[in-house]
Amino acid sequence: MRPVKYLAAPTWRDAINALAKYPTAKAIAGGSDLLGWIKDDITGAKEPQWDILVDIRTIKEGAAIRFSRNEGLRIGSLATLTDLESAKEVQENYPLLASAVGHPASPGIRNVGTIGGNINQRPRCWYLRGAEFDCYKKGGDFCFAVTGKNEYHAILEGELCYIVHPSDVAPALLALDAKAKILGPKGEKTVPFSEYFVGPRVDVIRENILQHDEVLTEIQIPPPVPSSKSSFLKVTNRGVYDFAIVNIATWLKLNNGSVEDSRIVLSGVAPTPHRSTAAEGVIKGKRIDEALAKQAADQALVRARPMSDNAYKVEIAKTLIRRSLLEAAGA
Amino acid sequence: MAKQIFRLKVNGDNYEVFVEPNRCLHEVIRDEIGLTGTKEGCGTGDCGACTLWINGAPVTSCLMLVGEGEGAEVTTIEGLARDGELHPVQKAFIQHGALQCGFCIPGMIMSAAALLRDNPHPSELEIRQGIAGNLCRCTGYTKIVEAIEAVAAGSR
Ligand SMILES: Cc1cc2nc3c(=O)[nH]c(=O)nc-3n(C[C@H](O)[C@H](O)[C@H](O)COP(=O)(O)OP(=O)(O)OC[C@H]3O[C@@H](n4cnc5c(N)ncnc54)[C@H](O)[C@@H]3O)c2cc1C
Ligand code: SF4
Ligand code: FES
Ligand code: FES
Repeated sequence: MRPVKYLAAPTWRDAINALAKYPTAKAIAGGSDLLGWIKDDITGAKEPQWDILVDIRTIKEGAAIRFSRNEGLRIGSLATLTDLESAKEVQENYPLLASAVGHPASPGIRNVGTIGGNINQRPRCWYLRGAEFDCYKKGGDFCFAVTGKNEYHAILEGELCYIVHPSDVAPALLALDAKAKILGPKGEKTVPFSEYFVGPRVDVIRENILQHDEVLTEIQIPPPVPSSKSSFLKVTNRGVYDFAIVNIATWLKLNNGSVEDSRIVLSGVAPTPHRSTAAEGVIKGKRIDEALAKQAADQALVRARPMSDNAYKVEIAKTLIRRSLLEAAGA
Repeated sequence: MAKQIFRLKVNGDNYEVFVEPNRCLHEVIRDEIGLTGTKEGCGTGDCGACTLWINGAPVTSCLMLVGEGEGAEVTTIEGLARDGELHPVQKAFIQHGALQCGFCIPGMIMSAAALLRDNPHPSELEIRQGIAGNLCRCTGYTKIVEAIEAVAAGSR
């Protein structure tokens, strides 16, 4: 592994100061994504050789999970996925989130992996993760997935780069209308997760709006909505654990059995978590049954443009949307 | 690369190591502290051979820097036995022939022992989920699950 310098940050302020000072400094939380990246020595014209690791897990209070009926849930970005899965406040009030945080990786990784790290983890495109492929995302001038092996790549919204967003937690955050609290040298701001992730059309080298010297300090989820229903589903290659081929977080607000409002978000299909307003439009004001769920699923994938090896994902995404709507509505 | 001092507490003993900060926790525990029960299989978080406990929670230590182990109670496979007597899970693996080459076993046992501590009577599915991050390439999982079930049954 490349030489690194290790700095433990006692406060968020210390962390952003260190990041602002050193252009090759990177925040490290559980390290379960970043160390794999560094061990593989991934670099490029637009991908600095991170060699100063600023440990943020040393920040006191950074992992706090707080709930109140009025304000909803506040999650310190350093809470581990296991912390969240086992938190009563989460299980009782946000079953969608409790389910989503139980899906990534193995217990041994969920025990160290933080929610902040899960949201900000880098994509798993095998060319991106291979040091010898100088692709667009690293500052090169080619996408190897277009002419190469692309069975796990994007079927929607790809352009220049065809990664899929790897997080199981991100779609649940969008479905729950969550917000990100970001701290940087200029102060603090709160941004809805619907504006947090950016695709290659906006900037091919990044997956979200965080600047080099900014950190995600807190995730905020509004109070639970009465008469809302939800479902989280994920399809993987291996039975035990694996990144999603497709996953889906569905949130519905029902009124006398009809859909008053909904958020349907998939990962594994596009470079960012993909909110399907097309599917949402189909179910609005209606009662969910098998036929309507199928119609919503078909509508959601109308714009799909699969690559040479991944047309199978279109059918998987449709099936998941259908199952997820029926499960959430209890139909 | 300048070495730094790190303070680790492993199996109840305090150690001060002077190592490069890019060393992963399992490497330092093996090469500096000399506890070689913890293995490295993949180095990428996939196989679980490097599983040890941080404050009682099983983690893949190949994706942790030595600095991330500071301030924590680290427990390795060497720390499970009490007064020279093997941990019940260790005994059960021997009795049930739940090991062949043994390479995956320290990590497997660390996951299984944590599971049984938190959930003394897991279902077969819960056992399989508990060891989901531990790959075994030769024993196969049937005997391993049997051994873990036997410990659960014995404590009933
Ligand atoms: C074998 C394996 C399988 C996996 N499978 C899945 C899966 O199926 N589904 C899934 O969703 N994930 C999966 N993951 C990813 C896993 O969930 C993440 O590695 C983990 O959550 C990252 O958390 P961490 O604290 O270890 O992050 P780190 O590795 O410490 O950080 C990851 C990245 O996020 C940045 N970062 C971390 N915290 C912050 C913050 N607060 N502010 C700004 N930037 C920050 C870091 O700088 C770094 O770039 C898998 C990982 C492995 C190794
Ligand atoms: S899909 Fe994106 S990350 Fe993968 S090779 Fe193409 S440009 Fe690089
Ligand atoms: S060596 Fe750590 S998971 Fe394989
Ligand atoms: S006993 Fe050989 S890998 Fe498990």
